[in-house]
Amino acid sequence: MTIFDEKQIKELKQEQERWEKTTLPKWLEQCKECKSEFRNHSGILIKRLYTPEDVKDLDYMRDLGFPGEYPFTRGVHATMYRGRLWTMRMFAGFGTAADTNKRFKYLLKEGESGLSTAFDYPTIMGYDSDHPMAKGEVGVCGVAISSLQDMEVLFDGIPLDKVTTSMTINGPAPILLAMYVAVGDKQGVPRTKIGGTTQNDNLKEFFAQKLCIFPPKPSVKLTTDVIEYCARHLPKWNPVSISGYHIREAGATALQELAFTIYDGIAYVESTLERGLKVDEFAHRLSFFFASHNDFFEEIAKFRAARRLWARIMKERFKAKNPRSMWMRMHVQTSGCTLTAQQPLNNIVRTTIQALAAVLGGTQSLHTNSFDEALCLPTEESVRVALRTQQIIAYESGVANTVDPLGGSYYVEELTNEMEQKAMEYIQKIDDMGGAIAAIEKGFFQKEIADSAYKYQREVDEKKRIIVGCNEYTIEEEKCPIELLRVDPKVEREQVARLQKLKRERDNRKVKETLEKLHYAAEKDENLMPTIIEAVKAYATLGEITDVLRKVYGEYKELIII
Amino acid sequence: MQSKKKIRVLIAKPGLDSHDRGAKVVARALRDAGMEVIYTGLRQTPEQIVETALQEDVDVIGLSILSGAHKALFPRIMELLSQKGLTDVMVFAGGIIPEEDIAELKKIGIKEIFGPGTPTETIIKYVLENVPKRA
Repeated sequence: MTIFDEKQIKELKQEQERWEKTTLPKWLEQCKECKSEFRNHSGILIKRLYTPEDVKDLDYMRDLGFPGEYPFTRGVHATMYRGRLWTMRMFAGFGTAADTNKRFKYLLKEGESGLSTAFDYPTIMGYDSDHPMAKGEVGVCGVAISSLQDMEVLFDGIPLDKVTTSMTINGPAPILLAMYVAVGDKQGVPRTKIGGTTQNDNLKEFFAQKLCIFPPKPSVKLTTDVIEYCARHLPKWNPVSISGYHIREAGATALQELAFTIYDGIAYVESTLERGLKVDEFAHRLSFFFASHNDFFEEIAKFRAARRLWARIMKERFKAKNPRSMWMRMHVQTSGCTLTAQQPLNNIVRTTIQALAAVLGGTQSLHTNSFDEALCLPTEESVRVALRTQQIIAYESGVANTVDPLGGSYYVEELTNEMEQKAMEYIQKIDDMGGAIAAIEKGFFQKEIADSAYKYQREVDEKKRIIVGCNEYTIEEEKCPIELLRVDPKVEREQVARLQKLKRERDNRKVKETLEKLHYAAEKDENLMPTIIEAVKAYATLGEITDVLRKVYGEYKELIII
Repeated sequence: MQSKKKIRVLIAKPGLDSHDRGAKVVARALRDAGMEVIYTGLRQTPEQIVETALQEDVDVIGLSILSGAHKALFPRIMELLSQKGLTDVMVFAGGIIPEEDIAELKKIGIKEIFGPGTPTETIIKYVLENVPKRA
């Protein structure tokens, strides 16, 4: 169902040519455009003006449809935010489990609607807090979780049937999910009621976030174990959050973020199908995670294109039947790498624009960064302002009153089409290379991202991109006006002492037994979730469990590409 | 007089943090400015970094860290450099390092600290002007 007919477009084109010959030159003479060409971050050339001619082939039912219906360009829910606002889910974690538990409760009290856990580097890398590599890093960039005991403290007084929790964890995702399940069991919450998300996107680690423990193949195996286990036992859990955010933060353009993320999604669908599951048994629980950067319309177009592209891939490539399998549900985080250490209060404005793009793009869940994040982890005050930013957009701005308010904008629709089309070209290219793992092994993603990061920095250095307060409108002798959050070094000492006490006092024979069982299951290539749940319940630590897997799978050696 | 030999720089990522965007951009910028750049890759211990510096006979080391572990890791690196007799290697650092830590880090011998938003030109210029003279 095309919207414009050929005759009308032809007339319009003539009118535009007239305008370009008569009205426009006079204006250009008086007021020269400030750049010879305008491009967005993805390198797409932006035209001076968009008209129906740019979207003359747009077929409303094929390309847009109605919200809640295929291809979901206008949103996965029919009423979108009129029915329910997006989940306000602030990423939080520092110090000990008790410190973070306090921050969780603070954020819930201030009105956030879901939890999101940031783990420290040792936890993310599968080391206990007392490992030599953990020195100086315990509880610094996230919360330290070495055993079920820490997890029990983290969710103390938080009923797991009432909140959903997102956990930013990848290599050790099966272990942290096992701990969460164990806390739920202890609280008496049925496993069918536990809801949340494990990031569990190991592929992007190899070229974006780079917190890899195991080589690519066993890493994908572990991701798939969680997908399979959740499909069978945790129906409300999103087993993987296929993450473009880190791809973007590592320096990719919006277009690369879109294409590479979707490709990772394709790889997980394939790996799960190989297990013998049917696409409609698990695809409805795959979720996505994107960044929202500074270029407002580019971001909106990216989110809309992502939904449409995923729906088409699920339907056409994987033959999904259930519309829910075609839904792309997404969490969005405003872009950390756009925040400046200079004039940090400006970051509130950047975050507002980025959050607005995410909402206009139709996200299901949102994290807004705090203004001090180029300097330290957020304080209570800065995180409150970030949460209030979402609340102001939700309750005061009116943008949540109608579904997909920018649908039909010539510019947004044209950009959405272009993002989809160019992402498809990348997808074709990666298919031709032999898929995601082959592309990683060739260094394809790594090189693409490094090139974009360097290009971006050059543009900033040469002032082709203005960063307010950083390369333009700077203040000499700037004094840092804000209070910084510092994690006390005593956190590490206390955490190590607690952990060592646990290791002395638990039933060590039982721990050894469960770890041996796990070793056996890993060698037999079984789904490891059930044995990991047993091991964490015996208080085997994160490091001990990861070490068993390190022995079986080996460790990843980074492919260095500058 | 600067010798005609190219300046050799080691860009290193100590600790567990995986944010290598800045380190890689700086490595590439220094290379484009005509220096020989060795990049360690992620998650290097202080021992590994100093060993690489020795093996590669570098003039300059650039340390990049965003995890907040600089106070635990930088002093160890400086200590090992001095134990190995690499006292004439110029060390600079970058990443997320709070202003109040800077004086302390300079006291242990780190020559300069570049925060977020530093143009690569500034770093290139600094290295060219401060690289130790080769015998």
